[in-house]
Amino acid sequence: MAFAVAPVRPPKGLPRAQAGSSGRRSLSNNLKAYVLIIPALVCFALFSWYPTIKVFFLAFEKTSFSVGGNHFGGLVNYRTLMADPQFWPAWRNTFAFTGIALVIGFGLPFFVAVLLNELRHMKQAFRVVIYLPVMIPPVVTDLLWKWFYTQPSGLFDQALGAAHLPQSGWYQSSNVALISIVLITTWANMGGTALIYLAALQNIPGQLYEAAELDGASLWQRFRYVTVSQTRFVLLMLMLFQIIATMQEFNEVNVITGGGPGSSTITVLYLIYKYFDQYYNYGGACLLSAMLVVFLGIFSASFLRLTRNHG
Amino acid sequence: MANAIFTTAPARGTRRQRASSRRLQLASARGIVSPIVLSSRRGKCVYWVVFGVAALVCSAVFLFPMFWAVTGALRSTTDLDSPTVSFLPHEWVFSNYSNAWSQLDLFQYFKNTVIQAGGAWVLEIVLLTLAGFALSKLRPRFGAALLGGFLVSMFIPGQAIVVSTYLVAKDLPFIHTNLLDNPVAIWLPAVASAFNLFILKRFFDQLPDELLEAADIDGAGVARKLWSIVIPMARPVMAVVSIFAFVAVWQSYLWPLMVFTDPNKYPLSVAVTQISYSAPLNWSLAADVLASVPLLVMFVIFQRNIIGGLSGATTG
Repeated sequence: MAFAVAPVRPPKGLPRAQAGSSGRRSLSNNLKAYVLIIPALVCFALFSWYPTIKVFFLAFEKTSFSVGGNHFGGLVNYRTLMADPQFWPAWRNTFAFTGIALVIGFGLPFFVAVLLNELRHMKQAFRVVIYLPVMIPPVVTDLLWKWFYTQPSGLFDQALGAAHLPQSGWYQSSNVALISIVLITTWANMGGTALIYLAALQNIPGQLYEAAELDGASLWQRFRYVTVSQTRFVLLMLMLFQIIATMQEFNEVNVITGGGPGSSTITVLYLIYKYFDQYYNYGGACLLSAMLVVFLGIFSASFLRLTRNHG
Repeated sequence: MANAIFTTAPARGTRRQRASSRRLQLASARGIVSPIVLSSRRGKCVYWVVFGVAALVCSAVFLFPMFWAVTGALRSTTDLDSPTVSFLPHEWVFSNYSNAWSQLDLFQYFKNTVIQAGGAWVLEIVLLTLAGFALSKLRPRFGAALLGGFLVSMFIPGQAIVVSTYLVAKDLPFIHTNLLDNPVAIWLPAVASAFNLFILKRFFDQLPDELLEAADIDGAGVARKLWSIVIPMARPVMAVVSIFAFVAVWQSYLWPLMVFTDPNKYPLSVAVTQISYSAPLNWSLAADVLASVPLLVMFVIFQRNIIGGLSGATTG
């Protein structure tokens, strides 16, 4: 019965329900919107989306600076990487760095934020002071800390010596080099994360704490079941962003250790830079990049999926 | 927004209403520790001890290293190398700073950095404001898909794909232009900041549609609406994005390290590392301090914008 399914049209003269007064979704409106969007869109396409796709093609190209340029090389970059004795140390160090940074650097800013949230005096002064290191250019921070770590005239060894404590080799000792770097990045980035947590903590309604108190919750229980559970979303998001950032550790390694001592601080990103800067092997660098992108993509997707219900 | 509770508190009303709203604010602003415990004698005692320890630790951890750096740059080389600690320099060598400025060519690097960061800031604030406004208020076809694409950008590990991005900048698709050794290579990638785009878009989302519909009735076009209505209202959030954009370029290291091969075009971040290899330590430290001063001064001036923006951007 074909005639029965004819759509019911509104009588002429009545406005359609969806059309706004500004004629949204009209052709000229779309045109105007895209004129405004396209310049930014081009920048995103050129310097964010396109390089991400391109890296997977470059990973299979053999880099050549002679006439004809790069050409398809199949698994040649893969074989180069597998034969590189620094390949596995780079991954091992990157994961170790990420892990140590989680242990040392993830809880600390949250703890600081919770503490600052309890203080009733000089709030702005505290915020300014903990945020100051975030404003210092990271390279400058690295150079300063390199000087603090210097033996035996650096600040830390002098302080330890004055307190009659054993001195450490810091970044010159392969056992503690990674930890020395984590200390720097934690010091430098803590302010930003702490202030984000602080804002989240201030959004917790005080009534929740009062209700918990009426139910007889202890200090620890109020922290665990009100503070942490109310800020869980921010905590998880910042954990993900911290992992993504620390998996791309480069600055401190390049400025301070140069990957050493031995290969104890070579990270994946430093190795990428080495393939680019010293070996002129862009294909090898891009294959490493592609591996990192794939790993972080899978990791981020599963992280978001697993924690979806905890938001 | 973090401060919504405070900023939207009613200013009018009877005294009793005001008093009760103030009590409500206090209840909302409390933390884990109950205000009743805090006002007890023992609670006050513990509070001030904790406060004192926090102030001491904060100064020691965050302020003392900066003090040490500023005074370290005023020491002589023999003082720096001496294995015995002295709290203040033995002699104050102020010429370190002037020598660093004149001998290490710092003015050139400052100029390069200002051109790179300033250009990136202008381009980014203009293009992202336009795009954010269009996506939020004009809602074009495929707008949702584009937003998804920008969101994905936020999770793309930018440093990891840096060699691929370098090859794009070296030979732009279609027009085959080489951007290396050119500040444009800093400016254009800076625009691709999904984080800043979302801060702006989130703000435009909060503006009521009625505002723009009223302007429609008065016959205002898109340009007029942007210039006379939206931008004046968005000034605070644009200030925040401006600061984030400027600071990000001033601080960036790996990208300018790869893009610039000509030492005369280095920004400060690349220059200070090169200086640290060649110059005497006290000059190098002076250069480090000088390279940080503009950002620290900017922070002290705009502290409320920055801290407020950081809170507003990530919560609410």
